[in-house]
Amino acid sequence: MTRWRRSPWLGLTLSRERPRAAGNGSASRFASLILPHLDSAWRYARFLCRDDAAAEDIVQDAFERALTAIDQCRGDPRAWLFAILRNCHHDAARTSARAASTGSDDELAGLVAPDDQHNLAEMADLRQVIEALPEPFREALVLRELEELTYRDIAAVTGAPIGTVMSRLARARQMLGVSLRDGDAPDRKRGEA
Amino acid sequence: MTQTCPDRALALQAMLDDELDPLASAALEDHLRGCAGCREAYARAKQLSILLRGSEMHGIAPAHLRARIEALAGGEAASPARRRPRPGAMPWLGGGAIGALAASLALLLAVPMRPEPILADEVVSSQIRSLQSGHLVDVETSDRHTVKPWFNGRIDFSPPVVDLASQGFPLVGGRLDVLEGRTVATLVFKRRLHTINLFIRPKPASAHDAALARQGYAIEKWSADGLEYWAVSDIPAHELSNFHRIFAEESRK
Repeated sequence: MTRWRRSPWLGLTLSRERPRAAGNGSASRFASLILPHLDSAWRYARFLCRDDAAAEDIVQDAFERALTAIDQCRGDPRAWLFAILRNCHHDAARTSARAASTGSDDELAGLVAPDDQHNLAEMADLRQVIEALPEPFREALVLRELEELTYRDIAAVTGAPIGTVMSRLARARQMLGVSLRDGDAPDRKRGEA
Repeated sequence: MTQTCPDRALALQAMLDDELDPLASAALEDHLRGCAGCREAYARAKQLSILLRGSEMHGIAPAHLRARIEALAGGEAASPARRRPRPGAMPWLGGGAIGALAASLALLLAVPMRPEPILADEVVSSQIRSLQSGHLVDVETSDRHTVKPWFNGRIDFSPPVVDLASQGFPLVGGRLDVLEGRTVATLVFKRRLHTINLFIRPKPASAHDAALARQGYAIEKWSADGLEYWAVSDIPAHELSNFHRIFAEESRK
């Protein structure tokens, strides 16, 4: 059944015949609980995939799954959405050649050069530096520092015990290895002036 | 680099992340007073944290993606089996006209922002000063009907005052501040434990909306109805941009 959306032109461009998978109640629950986290989800997805097109795919996938399963949403909606997003990423990685990094934390950490120290000047592309981290460390760092999830929520999203989350976070921060000497920090604001 | 205590590393981090219980925090603070290595480690981690949060990595979802996702919430669920066109190949197929419209809107919004470094530094200094001195507000009340008249006679313009408590930004009060040698109205809001200072002044000749970051503080700047607004806070940039949106909406009512 095709329904008109709020405005006619929206309806015109978007109303395609689609099977209904969720009722109106679900849709409004989805709109109020999940939709506000689109930007967050997008940021997390970009760091997971390290590729914008792939990130768009998994975000779309995750929101579709979230809508279908909205009745099962418990706890923090964003953490719930992130867990779904992460599953979508791993599913996508499995079907494509883009394999998610596997191996123990120690093995993965070993892939990063131990003396990989960056100073602030090299941090210009902070994103690149973070993207270079192996996935378990990268996602712990992103969820904590950029999305400000609690340890408990990061554990829920990543399906790891809190202790593991804490040690991954510590390793991630250590791997970023920022040597911020006293003289470095002001460069950032002066550099823009 | 001074040696840190390996057995304290996780506790230090938990303190940084605000995840340490009060008792353990007290014990750790005690330890920090006597251990230069751990102090240094803590300061380093804190700086990294500020750097990350102040960085420009708080991007927003592309407009065409947002259009597609919002269409899902329009009342109809897409079948999970439906394969959407790959965005890389045919970016506009899903959203058609709105995709294009949304994208051009996004372009408008994303017009290169002209940094206003000096004033940005000044508002951050004001923010820090107000927090350090404990002089956050001159008139402390969450009642906007008290704050608004309080500005009468103190400044020569009338800033809109709204309480956004129901949206998670309760109004704490107002005060006068000085920017570029001119008295400005400042509204103070809270976001959880964080403070948002909103500086309001008559709009100068050239003004562009902008989102900036300084020393870990996020800044949102916009103008409306002849006034220019500078919001400064240590909350994440995307939350501050939410605040901007909500404030602009409410003050228009």
